[in-house]
Amino acid sequence: MKYLDEYRDPDLAKRLSREIHRITTRPHVLMEVCGGQTHAIVKFGIDELLPVGIELVHGPGCPVCVTPLELIDKAIEIASQKNVVFCSFGDMLRVPGSEKDLFAAKAQGGDVRIVYSPLDALKLARDNPEKQVVFFAVGFETTAPANAMAVYQAKHQGVSNFSILVSHVLVPPAMEAILSSPNNRVQGFLAAGHVCAVMGYTEYEPIAKKYHVPIVVTGFEPLDILQGICLCVKQLEEGRVGVENQYTRSVRQDGNARAREIIEKVFCVVSRKWRGVGAIPRSGLGLREEYREFDAEQRFGVSQYSAEESPDCISGTILRGIKKPHQCPAFGNTCTPERPLGATMVSSEGACAAYYRYRKHQPQKDAAVP
Amino acid sequence: MNPLDAKKIDDFTMACPVPISDYPHVLLAHGGGGKLMHQLIEKMFKAAFNSGELNKGHDSAVMKISQDRIAFTTDSYVVNPLFFPGGDIGKLAVNGTVNDLAMSGACPKYLSLSFILEEGLPLETLWRVVQSIRQAAGEAKVEIVTGDTKVVDRGKGDGIFINTSGIGVLEHELTIAPQNVRTGDVILLNGDLARHGMAIMAVREGLEFESSIESDCAPLADLVGALLNGGVEVHCLRDLTRGGLASALNEIAETSKQSIFIDESLIPVREDVASACEILGLDPLYVANEGRLIAFVRPADQDNALRIMRGHPLGRDARVVGQVDNKASVPVMIKSKIGARRILDMLSGEQLPRIC
Repeated sequence: MKYLDEYRDPDLAKRLSREIHRITTRPHVLMEVCGGQTHAIVKFGIDELLPVGIELVHGPGCPVCVTPLELIDKAIEIASQKNVVFCSFGDMLRVPGSEKDLFAAKAQGGDVRIVYSPLDALKLARDNPEKQVVFFAVGFETTAPANAMAVYQAKHQGVSNFSILVSHVLVPPAMEAILSSPNNRVQGFLAAGHVCAVMGYTEYEPIAKKYHVPIVVTGFEPLDILQGICLCVKQLEEGRVGVENQYTRSVRQDGNARAREIIEKVFCVVSRKWRGVGAIPRSGLGLREEYREFDAEQRFGVSQYSAEESPDCISGTILRGIKKPHQCPAFGNTCTPERPLGATMVSSEGACAAYYRYRKHQPQKDAAVP
Repeated sequence: MNPLDAKKIDDFTMACPVPISDYPHVLLAHGGGGKLMHQLIEKMFKAAFNSGELNKGHDSAVMKISQDRIAFTTDSYVVNPLFFPGGDIGKLAVNGTVNDLAMSGACPKYLSLSFILEEGLPLETLWRVVQSIRQAAGEAKVEIVTGDTKVVDRGKGDGIFINTSGIGVLEHELTIAPQNVRTGDVILLNGDLARHGMAIMAVREGLEFESSIESDCAPLADLVGALLNGGVEVHCLRDLTRGGLASALNEIAETSKQSIFIDESLIPVREDVASACEILGLDPLYVANEGRLIAFVRPADQDNALRIMRGHPLGRDARVVGQVDNKASVPVMIKSKIGARRILDMLSGEQLPRIC
């Protein structure tokens, strides 16, 4: 198969693992930003192929996990209204709000539907003019172009019964927030490959320089991640600092110009609250004035909601790489995928869910020399 | 696809004997116990299934069974869409029930068939499903001996719901059940995974892949019979339906209180199916199958069992995928394609496609 099996080749994986062992002379802490990378690391057991000195901490790269509690509550409120068709990607449906999740809202009569693309939601709106169709626009920069396009088309085609509930966040401000925190332990980053496929990676250069951290744009298959780690460790060992691109088959330095164009047309940078982390200035996207009519929060009058997190959920410290899931007292007992306390346990990309699914009986990592 | 919008069929040589032009859609009266229902049963169901017992028209079927042990199972089918590449709800209903019986090593014999029909369902659609049931029952060598028909208001059903029960006879002395799984047993799989689930997903989501993925829906009783007649000491069988291979392994490991080790690189998944799974962010180990089983056999029987399976049309790609080893403290461990080990857990809830 093209582009999959080759990047899961066990012999090449062992070779990369040996190389990483060879060049590592002292401990390093690396953070992978994207939830898809966390998922791959735990699923394929990549950290078992690393020397004991390399520690991988998991960043806030799961847009599902960082969507604030009150936004879930707003989504549920909108979805529960008569005449509303609420569309979302699959994993948002299980994220717990203050009282329940969107699946429960569906069971209680809300018209909640899973879609694969915001344009499917737009089509639903066109086909059902008597309904209000709302799309839960969650994601990092990766999903922003499609969401922007849906709103752009809605405006220019006069589909007035369509709106989006926006929860877009940006990666670079999150990285800066982590790096500027006094507890920060992260010394190198694996940047999110698909975010960079859209945005390019020039915006990481000032970050690498300012905080003196190597940043390697990395893909999602085992070999991508191992190679990304190898390049990052090499920089650290050699005392170099810079932005490198491991994911060359998908990422160019200036990203995808057309995608960035549509994002800039429809969205503007706003401050956003990150679940478990707090408010980060200029860290998200919101609709521009001329597209504000498609903002579901405004249309349904839910802008003023606020909510309290569960006191037992430490997903904030996990998202910042300060703690690991199995260090949480609730992990595996009061907090499980069936009854999650926080989003990191619900989303399949969340660190807690990944640990639970693949690791729950193994608290310690063993060093594996290939 | 709304089952009430199903297109007309033009691929049947046999004309539907029910006067469709009079009542082209299912009405509440078709479940009412009166003339219309009687006509439906006589002209459509009885005519299609051609069963001596069914034709007696009695409240229950009476059969003579000479064996000591019988296997008995029940199942309901609510699949949407009703028709998908490689099958339909009718074929699924027959093969699903037959396979449940086969997993005890039983020879499936008799099926009951209950329809819950939604008012407004085109009779042509029902006829198509009935023909499919007739064909599947013929292939699986089972007789439909009793049935029931109900009709619910429009909007209260999904076109067609089917409930079945099945009776099979055990013609051997083995106890084929999870309790019989032994440390050291090898685990055989008869073919590639995830076809059924992805065939359904493709239709449901309107995804068009270059090659059409077809469901692997098939009756497995004959394959099981070949193993038993070939002298293989089968300890346990399980057909892989909802939840896929991973769920079946977890269930058996928990029930038998053993632990299981699987090698992911030995598990066959067809390239187009794997691609479809990747696009949607699904793991093939958790996707539904309808023509796949795992067999737990003694290591000494491994070669013979593989030879028998590979000689059967439903086992050409049979292979060993793992072993019962009782070494780990978790039910199921898997070695990933790049060589690291991890837990293969049960899913909680349904597998949801990932965002990005």
